[in-house]
Amino acid sequence: MGTLIALALIFAELSLLAFGGGNTILPEMQRRVVEVHHWMSAQEFSALFALAQAAPGPNMMVVPLVGWHVAGWSGLLVSSLAKFGPSSLLTGVVLGLWRRFRDRPWRRVVQTGLVPMTVGLVAASAALISAATSTDLGLAAITLAAAAAMLWGRLHPLWLLLGGALAGLLGAVVG
Amino acid sequence: MPDALPHPTLGGTAPPPSSRQLFLGFLALGLMGFGGVLPLARSMLVERRRWMSAEAFTELLGLCQFLPGGNIINLAVAVGLEFRGVAGAFAALMGLIAGPTAVVVALGVVYARFQEDPYLQHFFAGLAAAAAGLLVATAVKMLAPLWRKPLPMAVVALVFLAVAVLRTPLLPTMAVLAPLSILATWWSARWAR
Repeated sequence: MGTLIALALIFAELSLLAFGGGNTILPEMQRRVVEVHHWMSAQEFSALFALAQAAPGPNMMVVPLVGWHVAGWSGLLVSSLAKFGPSSLLTGVVLGLWRRFRDRPWRRVVQTGLVPMTVGLVAASAALISAATSTDLGLAAITLAAAAAMLWGRLHPLWLLLGGALAGLLGAVVG
Repeated sequence: MPDALPHPTLGGTAPPPSSRQLFLGFLALGLMGFGGVLPLARSMLVERRRWMSAEAFTELLGLCQFLPGGNIINLAVAVGLEFRGVAGAFAALMGLIAGPTAVVVALGVVYARFQEDPYLQHFFAGLAAAAAGLLVATAVKMLAPLWRKPLPMAVVALVFLAVAVLRTPLLPTMAVLAPLSILATWWSARWAR
């Protein structure tokens, strides 16, 4: 029960702090789940993140997966409800107000003004997740190659994930 | 039959969807959206099902980006709410996350079941490394437009230092750095003029 309450509190807080989308809250999610509660290792967290990336849908699917990993089906339900409930309620409330504020200059100032913070949070996510997955040189090389292919290539991200997984497998067969 | 008329503010040309249609529409979206749902969402809502106009889509998306939470998740809630109130919002949100949740749990079961298998361990380690690489690429793409702006870049560096290096809790970090971020962007824009 204590675990479920902790899950609910963590994801309800993250729900309301996730300005700029799901990737911005990964560092805090990792800090809470790994460092504060010791529910899993940083490697396991990165593995769950990878599984969620390989699945279709919104990029927040790591949330139900973390809940499920920590406390089974009830964990999945609690974490999903806590993550998607508060932000959805807020969306509903603000939807009405929005039409009134849409042309006010301060709205643009605030919206563009949050961009540097969002970028900093995503960069921090990338660094933390990469540090956790790069347990050897080969895996670090896969990360770099996937990043480069994503930046300069034109392959669909799913092919890059599959390529990375196969490269990891190859490392096991060869090494 | 009042339902046959398009929605007054969303400007679609098709009749407004029922809660059931909202559920099914977003269910398909959730299951097809590999590597980003946003482009698919636009094509479904505006072009294929014609529930809303392109302008209404852009405006609603602007609101959803402004709010915390996933853009697409907020968008599903907003679209559902506009058409069918709370029931519609619930239907759209459930539709969007039901499919991906099932897939992710199935993957989690496979991972947990074969966690000890050395080949599968390497397979998943490679998958995780590639997923990290995609995130690195996303960060680089987001950094590019700020690269030559010293003040916003200073905020990026501060956020990075606090969150990735010092591992400070997010709530107080954002309480301090969000106003700084807004100020830095505002000053930077004024200098540029």
